[in-house]
Amino acid sequence: MAEGTRLTTDEVRHIALLARVGMTDDEVELMRDHLSDILEQFEALSGVDTGDLEPTGHSVDLLSVMREDAARPSFAREDTLANAPNREGDLVRVKAVLE
Amino acid sequence: MSDSGLAGLTAHEARRLLDGGDITSVELTSAVLGRISQVEDSVRAFVTVTEDTAMEQAERADARISAGDAMPLTGVPMLLKDNMVTKGIRTTCSSRMLEHFVPPYDATVTERLYAQGAVLVGKGNLDEFAMGSSNENSAFHPTHNPWSLDRVPGGSSGGPAAAVAADECLFALGSDTGGSIRQPASLCGVVGMKPTYGLVSRFGLVAFASSLDQIGPLTKDVRDCAITLSAIAGNDPNDSTSLSLDVPDYTQALGEDLRGLRIGIPVEYFVDGLDAGVENAVREAIDVLRSLGADVEETSLPSTPYALAVYYIIAPSEASANLARYDGVKYGFSVQDADGVWDALEKTRQYGFGPEVKRRIMLGTYALSAGYYDAYYLQAQRVRTLIRREFEQAFSQYDAVVMPTSPTVAFNLGEKTADPLQMYLNDILTIPANIAGIPGISVPAGMSDGLPVGMQIMGPALSEETLLRVAYAYEQATNFRTTYGTPPL
Repeated sequence: MAEGTRLTTDEVRHIALLARVGMTDDEVELMRDHLSDILEQFEALSGVDTGDLEPTGHSVDLLSVMREDAARPSFAREDTLANAPNREGDLVRVKAVLE
Repeated sequence: MSDSGLAGLTAHEARRLLDGGDITSVELTSAVLGRISQVEDSVRAFVTVTEDTAMEQAERADARISAGDAMPLTGVPMLLKDNMVTKGIRTTCSSRMLEHFVPPYDATVTERLYAQGAVLVGKGNLDEFAMGSSNENSAFHPTHNPWSLDRVPGGSSGGPAAAVAADECLFALGSDTGGSIRQPASLCGVVGMKPTYGLVSRFGLVAFASSLDQIGPLTKDVRDCAITLSAIAGNDPNDSTSLSLDVPDYTQALGEDLRGLRIGIPVEYFVDGLDAGVENAVREAIDVLRSLGADVEETSLPSTPYALAVYYIIAPSEASANLARYDGVKYGFSVQDADGVWDALEKTRQYGFGPEVKRRIMLGTYALSAGYYDAYYLQAQRVRTLIRREFEQAFSQYDAVVMPTSPTVAFNLGEKTADPLQMYLNDILTIPANIAGIPGISVPAGMSDGLPVGMQIMGPALSEETLLRVAYAYEQATNFRTTYGTPPL
């Protein structure tokens, strides 16, 4: 577990960057308090003896589901584009990715 | 029938009247829409009322009933939680992020209920992206508890639960990731079931925590719960976690005595913080189970106290990955006035998500980040195994375990919003079922201080018939609906 349980504002800003969530300074402060309180509660788990238990990702066994590789209709182009916030003809317009 | 007129019917009561020609679906649907316009200003259970769709579907249902082609839910008005997609009808997750999103397809549950001829009267309010226990995290407005309008309905399926309690629909679907069907069912005095993970398709359910999410019924009584589950359960090739099995007619499991049934009462669920009124009501309910012939004894599930921490690591971790898709590019809220692609992304998520959603994305991102993955996420998954194993051991001795659904009755609006941890504690008694993937049902077990209390029954994977049998026998012996009537609206 983390050294000490209170996060720093720099740590909060780093997580926000990883999550791509913009935040004001006030939001960072409030988030720091809330996250630190919650993380403190998680400390209880570090003391649980889990020995050689395997981790559970899903409660049911996940099997690969296969289907015939047959062509079938997909959504109409217009239906797919109908919710696009910024559209140019049949394209979705985005800001430049490479600067 | 209650003073809500036809809107006060259960689905199975309506079926009898519809098939007997006593009423039409158009009459029934009009009555429900009338009830909505009468009480919705007070309850606020809906994000969208689909009046035109409902009347068209009701007319088609009447034609089908006349043709002798009715199924159990043909012509019966329903509400879907607004995180299940409906083609051509906006699906918002009660979030600014999806406020104007109109899905191009139907969820599998939507398709299955439409195939029965059920009538959609609207989309139900929820905590944003199903994250919350009071419906106060809805970006639009909170829903009010029909039994006491200054109190919360629970969450996150608070809109559907309140609408069922207020007779604004005959039945509803909710989703349950940590208690989001059972806890609001308990607080609103209705029946709510989280089925076994994989029994109901999640295709078209907007993802929150994919290893925990499950869709289930919210209904006025246990028979309706069995009817609704029969309609929506079963394998779906569009959901890779969907189980392959023959779905029984769950109404066949309903019976009036519990002889030979072994029921365990895990002591860890009667914890500090449990309201005395809730404890008394549930202990009385357990005495009723005993009087119906069940063998009841105390047992122990010692890892129960760790379930909350396990959940609040696993669910936000999965959520942080699932909600990465909201980038303002293909659909949803989008900030265009930004300085480049990264700035646009950060601002879109800053203004599109509410505080609780951001908190969980941050928590999950932290738990999965370099240096913390083993300590948090992996350890939580190991304790998850421990909790599953304890349930498996308990179910080698017992057919079901029984406990309260929620540690308290409905609390006041605003009472717990300042402290996220206080809010999280509402799910402490429901979360273990999601972690283990097992089914749970909440059934009304009387009142405490004029507010409904829920008794929860959990069983091993695919024991829905046992849970329905216990809940039905208890309901028939006590009858919450006749005793307490409808909420005073």
